Amino acid sequence: MTDFLLQPWPWWFSGPLIGLTVPLLYLLAGKGFGVSTSLQQLGALCSPGSKLAYLKNYDRRQGAWTLVLALGIAIGGFTGSHWLSAEPIEFLPARFFSVWGAIKLFIGGILIGFGARYAGGCTSGHAITGLANLNPPSLIATIFFFVGGLGVTWGLGHFLF
Amino acid sequence: MATINKKTVSPAPTSIAETENKTAAQSSTSTADAAMVYATTLLVGTFLGILFTKSEVVRWQRINDMFLFQDSHLYLIIGSAVTVAMLGMFLIRKCKASDIYGKPIRYSPKPFHKGVILGGTAFGAGWAIAGACPGTIYAQLGSGVGLASFTCVGALAGMYLYALTKPHLPH
Repeated sequence: MTDFLLQPWPWWFSGPLIGLTVPLLYLLAGKGFGVSTSLQQLGALCSPGSKLAYLKNYDRRQGAWTLVLALGIAIGGFTGSHWLSAEPIEFLPARFFSVWGAIKLFIGGILIGFGARYAGGCTSGHAITGLANLNPPSLIATIFFFVGGLGVTWGLGHFLF
Repeated sequence: MATINKKTVSPAPTSIAETENKTAAQSSTSTADAAMVYATTLLVGTFLGILFTKSEVVRWQRINDMFLFQDSHLYLIIGSAVTVAMLGMFLIRKCKASDIYGKPIRYSPKPFHKGVILGGTAFGAGWAIAGACPGTIYAQLGSGVGLASFTCVGALAGMYLYALTKPHLPH
């Protein structure tokens, strides 16, 4: 049992538990599961005097829970990698430990932040919560997540990786 | 945690005095409720962070293998997660379940606009390049992956870029 838990968890164990997050968060906190709103929350928090409507009209008190969720994910990340893993996890391949690697992560980050907010959600809000609630725009979003990801991997793969 | 579950026998409108009573009582419990929301959110977040890490969706290589169709791991994780979440939401709807504060659970649908396509494609590209999505960035940061701060700062820059350009983007 301990051996099992200290190894990477198989999909049939981790996948369903990840899915359970959606009803759990509704039942225990009354919130719809999504992560990328926390970026908007951070933006509104860090620039309170902003004239940009996107940040000015955002209700920071209503959205404070998104940062608590993010903090929880970080604590869980620490727990999972430091206390529940027999071997260190290779988060990023060694070639990312370079200036070009850091630039790639930064560019990827920009696309993640911009795209998720423009689309109105990310893998959690659209692909998991949205699909679970049979929301058609979320299916379209998920399809285009893969259009973007497959396009980059297959089209620019040799250049980027 | 108990909210006021005053069951009105008749659908007659409540008197002003009763409504005032209700709001006064509600505001006294709302602080405790708010604290509870943060506590449970932190707990669910921790649960999720452990799962993100232990399922290895936090690994760049796993995401790359998914897009290269070399590994079914992530497809199976997303598929089983959506299935379980869907079942959970079905049961919640079927039972008309309320959350632990007594409020009915209602999914607010995300609307369709051109950003779902354009932003969705941009997000997917970022997902493939950085090998992370917003949730796993936080898990990487918590695990002490210093390089993930570049992804995180990038994501914040991307959010600001959207805040700045939103009025000019097609929606």
